Amino acid sequence: MAKGDPGGTTRSRRAAPRSKKGAAGDPELVQLLTPDGERIESHTSPDGTEYRVDFTDEEYRGLYRDLVLVRKLDAEATALQRQGELGLWASLLGQEAAQVGSGRALRTQDMAFPTYREHGVLYCRGIDPIMPLGLFRGVDQGGWDPNEFKFNMYTIVIGAQTLHATGYAMGITMDGKTGTDDGEAAIAYFGDGATSQGDVNEAFVWASVFNAPLVFFCQNNQYAISEPLERQTRVPLYQRAAGFGFPGVRVDGNDVLASYAVTRTALDNARHGQGPSLIEAYTYRMGAHTTSDDPTRYRIASEVEAWQAKDPITRVKAFLEKQQIADADFFAEVDEQARRESVHLRERVLDMPNPEPVTMFDHVYPNGSPLLDEQRAQFTRYMESFEGSAH
Amino acid sequence: MATETLTLGKALNTGLRRALENDPKVIIMGEDVGKLGGVFRITDGLQKDFGDQRVIDTPLAESGIIGTAVGLAIRGYRPICEIQFDGFVYPAYDQIVSQVAKMHYRSGGRLNIPMVIRIPYGGGIGAVEHHSESPEAYFAHTAGLKVVTCSNPQDAYVMIQQAIASDDPIVFLEPKRRYWEKGQVDLDAPLSEAYPLHSARVVRPGTDVTVLAYGPMVRTCLEAATAAAEDGRELEVIDLRSLSPLDLAAAYESVKRTGRAVVVHEAPSNIGLGAELAARITEECFYSLESPVLRVTGFDTPYPAARVEEEYLPDLDRVLDAVDRTFGW
Repeated sequence: MAKGDPGGTTRSRRAAPRSKKGAAGDPELVQLLTPDGERIESHTSPDGTEYRVDFTDEEYRGLYRDLVLVRKLDAEATALQRQGELGLWASLLGQEAAQVGSGRALRTQDMAFPTYREHGVLYCRGIDPIMPLGLFRGVDQGGWDPNEFKFNMYTIVIGAQTLHATGYAMGITMDGKTGTDDGEAAIAYFGDGATSQGDVNEAFVWASVFNAPLVFFCQNNQYAISEPLERQTRVPLYQRAAGFGFPGVRVDGNDVLASYAVTRTALDNARHGQGPSLIEAYTYRMGAHTTSDDPTRYRIASEVEAWQAKDPITRVKAFLEKQQIADADFFAEVDEQARRESVHLRERVLDMPNPEPVTMFDHVYPNGSPLLDEQRAQFTRYMESFEGSAH
Repeated sequence: MATETLTLGKALNTGLRRALENDPKVIIMGEDVGKLGGVFRITDGLQKDFGDQRVIDTPLAESGIIGTAVGLAIRGYRPICEIQFDGFVYPAYDQIVSQVAKMHYRSGGRLNIPMVIRIPYGGGIGAVEHHSESPEAYFAHTAGLKVVTCSNPQDAYVMIQQAIASDDPIVFLEPKRRYWEKGQVDLDAPLSEAYPLHSARVVRPGTDVTVLAYGPMVRTCLEAATAAAEDGRELEVIDLRSLSPLDLAAAYESVKRTGRAVVVHEAPSNIGLGAELAARITEECFYSLESPVLRVTGFDTPYPAARVEEEYLPDLDRVLDAVDRTFGW
């Protein structure tokens, strides 16, 4: 199905009745690895763009390792939430390929603007995977340095970060950092629900008008909490790009190779001064939106099973086995590493101390505020007034 | 010593020009700020002299202006965003209170958003709806934002430069009905010493009643003080200048001397700046007060049609009436 001619598919859809349910979801995907683990040599889009990857065996094994580790760490976080150690968790289960593929396509100098689910991209940026758990445990608000890792803070308000990414990308242009192979680019992550937000549409306008070196990376995981894609759009999301004046492409978001290829191409186009583009990574959130909702209330088992068959990890494993790029020892070793790292993560989360209450007054203003200083002093005196207080 | 007579609007323009000259990271962005020079001409001539990379005409979307400025600030720029009118800031409200205000805090101090959000505010120019509002309380209520406003050309010239130089995100409210009023401006005035950004100032000393005002109401209160003096009452008028944080030391010191306080602002009274000031003064100066702290404000209505705005806006008579009432206890 995914190997079909996308151009032809597009033409036939235009002729279809507008009321046809699911029009926004019919796949016409860039795919380089089928769910059965078959490699597709390359994919040429209707605009002539050719997508291909040329990885070494070691790089293929590295991608597999990333996928397994990211899934295992995510599962550990979900378990920690269930045991009351995290207040909330937004699982990436099912979206590993979209995140690892795009995350590995970033170059060191590129800047990423995530939502709150990009644990896989965060991992690819070299950030300690415990970092987002502090946010969800409630001991901090995100502990990494956005400038050091070129990965901004998680953004909870839907779509707000797409404008930040656009402004940042405008700054790249103003700094004269585009037009060469070592130029910079930015990437904004968001979901299908976010495409309904005003901020995302304003970001599209801005990025287009200012030719910002930016990739809009939409992980269409089919649901905004309980609301299906049809509640957000009547047209495939990647087609929106045309109306704003830049290219859009839909990629199989469960295919790590294709996700890598389209992202690397889009980023390179951006860094060479060709402006923004939109990638719709067509994928599926296998779990809940967050640990607070119950997906059995809003979707049916057969749908979940159908997506289970497109799992991003099993297809890479099948490919590695068929091509004899990896053997049983390798898979066992990766599983063991994942187990070890998740145990380590668990131990460290349980050891995360609560912050000192008085630190809530820190970093409200770079230059401080006399009224806040006064409030902090009052609070400190109050805490000290308790007999035997450690404060 | 370069002292010139400038309107408040021209003083802002001159301050912006100075900031653009002094720091290549300073940029201005907003609707119509380029060739037109802004609908009030506050950015007049700046794009011509600094180019369209420094003075950026943006698409017509307020959330986009603020949100992209956040990204530019993360990149190391110092954006000055112009919101065309007070009533148009609300589409950007989410970006301002959820992103601009909190980013330094959420990042544990790792990110600064040194942004100035300029908003022409208040009534008195006969405008249509959404063009005459006083939204200061919304922003002053938000931790992480600082809110300031000027009342005269000298302060406009100095304060806008101080705000741009500050790493704090600042909502800079410009009293639009005073844009055309002239005053002496010392163009060599030091930015950091004489008048720190967050200090209130006694603009007329007096002994009988402390009148607290800011922005467009300062002149009204000075006129009231002149009239009161003819009746033998000496009003001490304080220009708050900073609405968040409030310079309360200046207010406390004055009220403890006078024993009476009247707060004057255009914004509606309910949950407004006057309520905060009344509560703080009551707490701190209780044993010095001869009467309750009174408020003279706009009414708790949407800003009305222009033909009745003179009745809506606090004027000299309403200030004097409140002063009289403080002597009735």
